[in-house]
Amino acid sequence: MTLTRFVTKSAFRNKRRSLLTVLSITFSLLLLTLMMTIWHSFYLDKGSTQSALRLITRHRVSLTESMPIYYREKMRTVPGVVAVAPTQWFGGLYKDDKPENFFAQFGTDPAEIFNVVKDFKIPDDQLAAWQRDQAGCVVDSELAKKYGWKIGDRIVVKGTIFPVDLELTIRGIFTAPQPTITVYFNYKYVEEAVPFAKGHAGTFNILADSPEDVPKIAAAIDAMFHNSPEPTKTETEKAFQLGFINSLGNVKAFILSICFAVVFATLLVSANTMAMSIRERTREVAVLKTLGFTRQSILGLYVSESITVALVGGVLGCLLAIGLVSAMAKAPGMGFFFLGMQVTIPTFLLAIFVAGMVGFLSAILPAYHAAKLSIVEGLRHIG
Amino acid sequence: MAIPISYNIRNLKLRKGLTIMTALGIALTVTTAVFLMALLAGLKKAFMASGDPINVLVMRKGSTAELSGGFDANLFPTLRTLPGIAKDAQGDPIASGEWVVVVVLPRKDGTGEVNVSVRGLMPAGLTLRPNAKLVEGRWFTPGQREIVVGNSIHKRFSGANVGDTMDFAKGQWKVVGVFDSGGTAYDSELWGDVNQVAADFDRQGGFASAYLRATDPVAADALKHRVSDDQRLKLEGTLETEYYEKQTSSGGPIKFIGTFVAIIMAIGSSFAAMNTMYAAVAYRSKEIATLRIIGFSRPSILTSFVIEALLLSLLGAIVGIVLILPFNGMSTGIGNQLTFSETVFSLHLTWGVALAAVIFAMIMGLLGGFAPAWHAARQDILTSLRA
Repeated sequence: MTLTRFVTKSAFRNKRRSLLTVLSITFSLLLLTLMMTIWHSFYLDKGSTQSALRLITRHRVSLTESMPIYYREKMRTVPGVVAVAPTQWFGGLYKDDKPENFFAQFGTDPAEIFNVVKDFKIPDDQLAAWQRDQAGCVVDSELAKKYGWKIGDRIVVKGTIFPVDLELTIRGIFTAPQPTITVYFNYKYVEEAVPFAKGHAGTFNILADSPEDVPKIAAAIDAMFHNSPEPTKTETEKAFQLGFINSLGNVKAFILSICFAVVFATLLVSANTMAMSIRERTREVAVLKTLGFTRQSILGLYVSESITVALVGGVLGCLLAIGLVSAMAKAPGMGFFFLGMQVTIPTFLLAIFVAGMVGFLSAILPAYHAAKLSIVEGLRHIG
Repeated sequence: MAIPISYNIRNLKLRKGLTIMTALGIALTVTTAVFLMALLAGLKKAFMASGDPINVLVMRKGSTAELSGGFDANLFPTLRTLPGIAKDAQGDPIASGEWVVVVVLPRKDGTGEVNVSVRGLMPAGLTLRPNAKLVEGRWFTPGQREIVVGNSIHKRFSGANVGDTMDFAKGQWKVVGVFDSGGTAYDSELWGDVNQVAADFDRQGGFASAYLRATDPVAADALKHRVSDDQRLKLEGTLETEYYEKQTSSGGPIKFIGTFVAIIMAIGSSFAAMNTMYAAVAYRSKEIATLRIIGFSRPSILTSFVIEALLLSLLGAIVGIVLILPFNGMSTGIGNQLTFSETVFSLHLTWGVALAAVIFAMIMGLLGGFAPAWHAARQDILTSLRA
């Protein structure tokens, strides 16, 4: 019998206990991986290379104020700006006000929006059809799938911010690198129906020539309108999205405290199991020692046993998390937060590492006691 | 005959290490669940207390929040003369036309910027919110660029003290007072003169909303319907309480994530409790056999072990609740989806939350304890004695 086999054998000698421990660790690690994935996608992920080239300008005061539309032509004069498209959040209701029927509707300029979001793909004939129809719209492919929309279908969106209901004909379906739950329509539609919307835009989406230009463009645009009645704030697409997450409250502390609680709880469970399992085998330890096993090797045997159990739980938990995250990322009605999220390899490895560490730490104390045990006492020990 | 509970308590005491570790594991799960429930309770309290049952909020038909409203100022005199509106000391109807706009302020601790609501109101707007009491300085003077800050804003943002100036919209605003409305959503707002706010944000000639104070709850209900039913107005009346009740939905993401996290942690803890109870049964197999010989029935053994698991989880629940006590009353902000700005509320540990936590822990104990207890009760007496 090799040492590895000895370790795996003893790790699962009490099948029920090992199974329960593994399951307990699995669920904890599932949660931990999920939290780390959310953290990664919020704070570490820089977005795709295309997304890193995009900037969003809003009114300095807040997102709810709008800017004059003529800013667009001024922005074009800033060196490094490739394309500018205005976007206006419509915030309307489709069918009812249930969260699962929520999606974004943006009024924009059909002639230019797809020059800004270059990684969104739409067939040329569909784009041309949309550009010709002022009451037309283009929809995200995932959204179209959810509602079974086809080209030529009509959708009605009830206005809440603007006193107008949109009756739109679907002229095209676009595919984005990640699902966006977005419908784009011609902003002229709202402008013509609502006098106060005329000549205004809520945000401007800008495409920069190169990543180096991005910070320069942001600074140049904000400086350009600094002393005007409607000052602006320009930031990268990623920073703009992060602003929404921050508005949810102290998300960082929230995630961290959950991670801490989960890791600590796992540590307790695992330590408990190891303590029980090693105490039951006090006599076995004495026998091993009689056979010539040193303290170090006994310590090593038990620690690796615990790590094995923890790793099995860890891997299972991570795999479950991968499945769950990909299911959530696709599920409509989950809002914007989980869109396009996935468990990255570093996150996976980190979670496995944490599981291993938990196994290691939880075994140290009981294994140390076992290794220290004198042979005579151990042999005399009664279960 | 039932086995006395003292037997279970003594057993838990005997294996202290195991008991403490398992209870701590349950406690951590309970703490997480209690934390989330207390957050939601605090949020609910902030919003529920904000509305006054005799105040009627009037907005344009179809708009869901004060921010997305906007109706012509010509309609306001009509609203003001509707029957059922309470009169102030001078005999004028208590009605206030208002604007709510959002500005961005930097946080005191330097963790970024936050959206904050600025409310422009008429002097009557102060009369119809008797809960808002001045704690420092004075109220704003109509026609001046003066602002009164809510208590939460005063605490959380720099430059929100009496005498400071705030820079937003078309220039500087002087902070002249601090008000407190008892932890409601209003505490997260800045209040100023409605005309001044409208001018600064280019919104003259209209109002986002109007507040009417009715003489009593019955009149409030009648007033609400009268406003909504009048075809000429194209406005909609809501009781202020109803409006704020809808805003508690801002807690939706917390509720969703919270429930999800609590359930997953609870499953993990149940497995751990099961492990502990199986060990407890295994250690005592001889003891159990002896109990059976003395004459204790299978059901009483089953009950006894289930009770032991419940005691274990009760201990966990108590520790879990105690762990959360230091955080009780801690305040935090949440982005309100309807007003686009931050509302501050505090962690609120109610008896209801504590009770829910105990039940939650008991369920974990039951899930973890039943199978081992079943196992104990089904044990074969002779085999166990010989082991």
